Amino acid sequence: MGEEISLEHRFQAYVDADNKVEPKDWMPEKYRKTMIRQISQHAHSEVVGMLPEANWITRAPSLRSKLILLAKVQDEGGHGLYLYSAAETLGISREELLDDLLAGRAKYSSIFNYPTLSWADMGAVGWLVDGAAIANQVMLCRTSYGPYARAMVRICKEESFHQRQGYEIMMHLAAGTPEQKAMAQDALNRWWWPSLMMFGPPDDQSPNTAQSMAWRIKRKTNDELRQEFVDKTVPQVEFLGLNVPDSHLKWNEAREHYDFGPIDWEEFFQVVGGNGPCNKERLAARQKAHDDGMWVREAALAHAKKRAAASASNALKTSAA
Amino acid sequence: MKWATCDLADYALRKADDTLVLGQRLSEWCGHGPVLEQDIALTNVALDLIGQARGYYQMAAAWRADGSTEDDLAYRRDAHLYGNHLLVELPNGHWGDTLARQFFFDAYNFFLLEQLSKSPVPELSALAQKAYKEVSYHAQFSAEWIIRLGDGTDESHTKIQQSVNRLWAYTGELFEDTDLDRKLDGAVPLPSTFRADWLQKMREVFALATLELPDPNAYMQKGGLHGRHTEHLGYILAEMQYLPRAYPDAKW
Repeated sequence: MGEEISLEHRFQAYVDADNKVEPKDWMPEKYRKTMIRQISQHAHSEVVGMLPEANWITRAPSLRSKLILLAKVQDEGGHGLYLYSAAETLGISREELLDDLLAGRAKYSSIFNYPTLSWADMGAVGWLVDGAAIANQVMLCRTSYGPYARAMVRICKEESFHQRQGYEIMMHLAAGTPEQKAMAQDALNRWWWPSLMMFGPPDDQSPNTAQSMAWRIKRKTNDELRQEFVDKTVPQVEFLGLNVPDSHLKWNEAREHYDFGPIDWEEFFQVVGGNGPCNKERLAARQKAHDDGMWVREAALAHAKKRAAASASNALKTSAA
Repeated sequence: MKWATCDLADYALRKADDTLVLGQRLSEWCGHGPVLEQDIALTNVALDLIGQARGYYQMAAAWRADGSTEDDLAYRRDAHLYGNHLLVELPNGHWGDTLARQFFFDAYNFFLLEQLSKSPVPELSALAQKAYKEVSYHAQFSAEWIIRLGDGTDESHTKIQQSVNRLWAYTGELFEDTDLDRKLDGAVPLPSTFRADWLQKMREVFALATLELPDPNAYMQKGGLHGRHTEHLGYILAEMQYLPRAYPDAKW
């Protein structure tokens, strides 16, 4: 017991000095669990997050925009892969993680439980949702767990490209016909508040923040990140000639930040708890892909075994000869 | 040039329609694949095909010289003006159906592009040379899946054999020589000339997959090249073309 405490002290000193924790290093069990939870939630968010955007691939209004959207959704799948791999370094398998997702034991970002209702949502999701994700992920490039930090560096590069792509869609719409501009405003109205919720509950109601800050998993609090996002995004809304759907939004000269209206945390907790507009559809889509793919995965495994057996028996014959 | 640009434009349109419609179908899989790696891999094929389609549409637009753009050609033509093969518009079905359709088309596209990359028409040969590299990989990917499913479990064997049997009637059209092909003699290959190579490829891969090759002389469906399609194409286009049709003045 005494030894455990001293190990924890040494671990804390190690992360305090900004060192990276690597898979084979000793780490407190709670740190390992926290990292598995956080990385797998992030991985699930990437994979579930493919669905609302994939919803518009077949309806993209130009060949160029179809290619860009398709490549973007594919990137999200790639992010899912790196992140599942990063989680696996902590001693858990992708299958276990997927089981947790499908059984409803693991969470993913609640934003993906909102529907994509128009082409403008492809702009708003890229711009606001990926924008909010980047604010969080730039911080995570310096997170204390090495494999997660390194995955984040690569993911951030792609995400910032996605955000520009989303904003480009919004610029086309905002400068387009009155109908296109209305489409853009409608998307902003629907995605603004859920995007602010993406940073998580306010600091005084966020149970994991203090420990995560101490372990240098997180380096900024939810409220700090949210404020940065609002400050950065409001001028972008103004550039588009659109309106932020918040009558309380106002520049605060003294704080040098925007003040903004109260967030509907009741909605947030309802969506997290499974009552969002698309929670059931999103999980059902993942479940269907999993179930429909079962015979395919089994066939691939069976064939790989046959091939391995054949090459082993060939090797025996060669060495016997 | 000894070939009429309107014929070259029509030829490029057929190739564009094939690759766009198949790319559109494959893109329906994105986010729903049986395992993440394969979801990503199939999306790569979709990206390549839609990229090829853009090249062909741009070429067709330039030859038409009527002010139309790649998007006008993709988004403003109705089904009877589409000249794709029936095979590529068939629904995805399950993974085996999709990969059987893909293997039939990839092998066809591989032999087509091999010939087309030697075309004396520089636009066609340049696009074909680039696409040939992509399609070599596609054909390998789909052939491997035919083998894996055929020589996998009893269930997968049965399923992929059924997919092959069901789709077989749509393979004959791939080798139909049309008047357009003949008018462009010397610029483009006659599809019938590489049917034997295609059948040989089928035999090789089916042998490895322990699958039975259906009768090459069976009755075949056709009509796509002449604008007579299955009932599926109308729905594909209704979905794909909806925004430009609903907002005709909008730019995206």
